Amino acid sequence: MPEIDIVENIMDANDQIAARVRQQLDAAGVLGLNLMASPGAGKTSVLTATVNALKDELRLAALDGDVHPVDVEKIARTGIPVELINTGGDCHLDANKLIHALPTLDLSQVDLLLVENVGNLICPAAFALGTHFNVVIASIAEGDDKPYKYPAMYRGADVLLLNKIDMLQYQEFDLDYFRHGVEVLNPGLTFFPLSARTGEGLPAWLDWVRARVAERRAASEA
Amino acid sequence: MHELSITQNLLALALQHAEPAGVRQITTLHLVIGELSSVVDDSVQFYWDFVSKGTIAEGARLHFERIPAAFRCLDCQTEFGRNDRYQCPACGSGHVTISAGEEFFLKSIEVEE
Ligand SMILES: Nc1nc2c(ncn2[C@@H]2O[C@H](COP(=O)(O)OP(=O)(O)OP(=O)(O)O)[C@@H](O)[C@H]2O)c(=O)[nH]1
Ligand SMILES: [Mg+2]
Ligand SMILES: [Zn+2]
Repeated sequence: MPEIDIVENIMDANDQIAARVRQQLDAAGVLGLNLMASPGAGKTSVLTATVNALKDELRLAALDGDVHPVDVEKIARTGIPVELINTGGDCHLDANKLIHALPTLDLSQVDLLLVENVGNLICPAAFALGTHFNVVIASIAEGDDKPYKYPAMYRGADVLLLNKIDMLQYQEFDLDYFRHGVEVLNPGLTFFPLSARTGEGLPAWLDWVRARVAERRAASEA
Repeated sequence: MHELSITQNLLALALQHAEPAGVRQITTLHLVIGELSSVVDDSVQFYWDFVSKGTIAEGARLHFERIPAAFRCLDCQTEFGRNDRYQCPACGSGHVTISAGEEFFLKSIEVEE
């Protein structure tokens, strides 16, 4: 029987749409961040803390992949434009969902787009969105072994936040064990331990965001 | 469940190669899936049968070549399987790297012309 050689990534169709998302963001000079984490790790908390710290200096917008508008309402209280991407129970966002959601925002009025992905450490890792950076948020509460259990998520991260460090005094968490797993999967990964609740560690993360926004602006003006 | 979206992506990719070649029927898809890549278990055949209905890939069989995770020690070059410390079993070094298991591609399709 005849056979046709292909040898192409299974996610090619998604990746092509992701490339179109990237073009739209770049054309509008928008930096897009894809926030991924397990359920309850603190995506919404980090997002709102980031928004509250930066909303006076940058034009922000958010998208939330979810089934309930609960997080959208929380984000809306910060005063920035935010829309729900209804995932209909899917375990991840994909580029197609994002490209359909982009027209709900006026990108010409946005510097930084924060996308809250579905709470899940497996599926979102396989679906590029076209955003510029994958921000993975780990948390003290979920334990130190996640880089060993969910390697693909850590492998695909561009920056790693370790949230809820205010809980370090109550919960055992072997920071060296955690960091070793991360280092094997993603050597040199930019890492910010912080607490969305107390604000500890937040300034370094905010500086990172500011620097990326400035780079994006410079690139779109060039 | 992400199996549905993955099979949709897979179908798009297979058709993109089969249609220009004037293929009448796709009978088998050969997939290479690493242990460290996205989880794809045998239940995807079910989703595949659903998404491929009414296309030239209807009824095609998904064949999986599964690649186990492999790590290599950067100090003593030993190759080893996944362990829960990412540590070399030969010399104890933590200076290790992934050498296989991230594959996630469609290798080929068998067709009737
Ligand atoms: N102690 C502590 N609790 C936190 C911190 N950040 C978030 N939380 C709490 O953790 C819980 C989950 O936070 P969310 O921000 O809703 O987490 P999420 O990842 O958006 O959750 P889902 O969208 O449901 O997946 C809430 O009760 C937060 O108050 C932190 O830095 N320290
Ligand atoms: Mg949330
Ligand atoms: Zn060794």
